[in-house]
Amino acid sequence: MGGPCVYYLVMDIEVRLFALYKERAGCSEVLVTLEPEANVRDLTRAVRSLFPNLAPPDVGIVVAVNADYADLDTPLHEGDEVCLIPPVSGGL
Amino acid sequence: MIQITEEQLDSEKITNLVRRDSNGAVVTFLGNTRDNFEGKSVIRLEYEAYVKMAVKKLEEIRQEMMQQFGIKDIAIAHRIGVVDIGETSLVVAVASPHRTEAFQACHKVVDRVKEIVPIWKKEVYADGSRWVACEDHEFVSDQPQLA
Repeated sequence: MGGPCVYYLVMDIEVRLFALYKERAGCSEVLVTLEPEANVRDLTRAVRSLFPNLAPPDVGIVVAVNADYADLDTPLHEGDEVCLIPPVSGGL
Repeated sequence: MIQITEEQLDSEKITNLVRRDSNGAVVTFLGNTRDNFEGKSVIRLEYEAYVKMAVKKLEEIRQEMMQQFGIKDIAIAHRIGVVDIGETSLVVAVASPHRTEAFQACHKVVDRVKEIVPIWKKEVYADGSRWVACEDHEFVSDQPQLA
């Protein structure tokens, strides 16, 4: 036979949603499949296409990776703890 | 001391944690739930937290203030879950040898809590509810041109 071998490598990321985002999405967790080299920017794109009403296009989605704020270029790895952080209003 | 709890906050107990004989000033801030928003009557508030990260960020704020103001005694407690009107959702207690540092650090802690700690507040009205968004957060978002 000897044809070319084709591998589809993907990465599954479990994403937790809180407060406003949880209500808008209607779930508190979503499994997003991304390419293995994906970063936070790719994740927010995927999440926006899954849930177009999550945030208006001109409002940024903040992402926390392993309990710290992450910037758009932060690379993601399987097993990372990933959460979407709606605007914060703790306190009073 | 850092605490996130569904229990009522005991401000006196939290304040006592920062008292010591070398501190001449003790400042305690209480954040209480208001019964109105822009003319609408608020029935109760519901707080939700990403607890693991909230604890981490509160501890970061505490360390930041200890360094910035050279003080040792800071306690921060945030209540989550349902909080009735007039009850306390946030207690910040700061003690220092002199008053200036205690006042400044306490004020700064409250501002920072609102900026970076992932705790959300939902106002419940007779005819609906609303997640309250704070305008002055300083996050890196996926829309940098608007950040």
